[in-house]
Amino acid sequence: MFRAVSTPLAQKFITGAVATTGLGASYLLYQDSITANAMTAAEHGLHPPAYGWSHNGMFETFDHASIRRGFQVYRDVCAACHSLDRIAWRNLVGVSHTASEAKAFCEELEYDDEPDDEGAPRKRPGKLADYLPSPYENEQAARAANQGALPPDLSLIVKARHGACDYIFSLLTGYPDEPPAGVVLPPGSNYNPYFPGGSIAMGRVLFDELVEYEDGTPATTSQMAKDVTTFLNWAAEPEHDDRKKWGLKALIVTSSLYLVAIWVKRFKWQPIKNRKIRFDPPKK
Amino acid sequence: MSFIASLFQRNSIYVATIFGGAFAFQGFFDVAVTKWYENHNKGKLWHDVKGKFLDGGDEDEDDE
Ligand code: HEC
Repeated sequence: MFRAVSTPLAQKFITGAVATTGLGASYLLYQDSITANAMTAAEHGLHPPAYGWSHNGMFETFDHASIRRGFQVYRDVCAACHSLDRIAWRNLVGVSHTASEAKAFCEELEYDDEPDDEGAPRKRPGKLADYLPSPYENEQAARAANQGALPPDLSLIVKARHGACDYIFSLLTGYPDEPPAGVVLPPGSNYNPYFPGGSIAMGRVLFDELVEYEDGTPATTSQMAKDVTTFLNWAAEPEHDDRKKWGLKALIVTSSLYLVAIWVKRFKWQPIKNRKIRFDPPKK
Repeated sequence: MSFIASLFQRNSIYVATIFGGAFAFQGFFDVAVTKWYENHNKGKLWHDVKGKFLDGGDEDEDDE
């Protein structure tokens, strides 16, 4: 291996070089973390911790009670600003609500109907096949109501952000009471360390006891954030539970076939590998 | 001739055996996997938590 460094001078030199590199790197990383300039930690947002979601893992389904509570949070809170374009009322049936409950939700709403004989627009009550309504008519209206910021559609938000559920949960629960000293925010924006750049147009929206859960779960801020995040994860991956079940089946079948293939190979090769080839030179 | 060997005598029987076997296997396999999966995730699935929200009301009508 290595020859031991013999002279004391060389040893001191190596120690010094290691210490300088370590201290230099720490200093640069620290410098990087205290400004929000391009390509710094603050620009990329604080990394969320990894939470133990009950749907983490190869064979774990969503917690459907949580999806249901999360839908309630979405409907009562987030739906005031965020659309959920890709979810229709029928998607809730058998996932978090019964068909009659979902029908009751959509029948309260009005959707565009076919125009009448004079071409005048008409309205009709919602059907299960209708998609969830948007809070704003169009993007301009959404921006006008939110100081120029567009609340993104939440259908695929869990898939669309690094950190997925961990990020959404951290974002919703991560608003400090005061921005840290020295942080200057543009008007109408709020400080959130998890949001890249730290300045987000959405204020804190979840506060303890904001909603009342029908199953009696205490509606703390973190409980609501967890439930709405689970709901949004379901909205982004409605196939999730089935996909994991199919994955399990695929694993069982393919690994069995793999073992069978190995067995067949050995079976066929056994006589070939075990045979003994002998050359009998012709006798003169 | 053994029973297994008799399956290989005629192509029609051979193909029918494969198709029938696949059909029977997937039914059995799907039931077994679903059973394990639903047991593994007991308490989180909709049909487990449904009762908690509906308090015995309109349990089984048109809904899944
Ligand atoms: C008062 C209106 C309002 C409400 C209510 C609201 N939001 Fe927002 N939300 C916004 C706006 C505006 C933005 C855009 C922020 C920006 O780009 O700076 C936003 C952005 C977001 C983002 C994207 C952040 C990113 O990484 O780009 C998520 C996720 C989000 N909101 C989730 C929620 C959830 C979940 C709720 C309900 C608990 C909710 N919002 C309620 C206005 C709102």
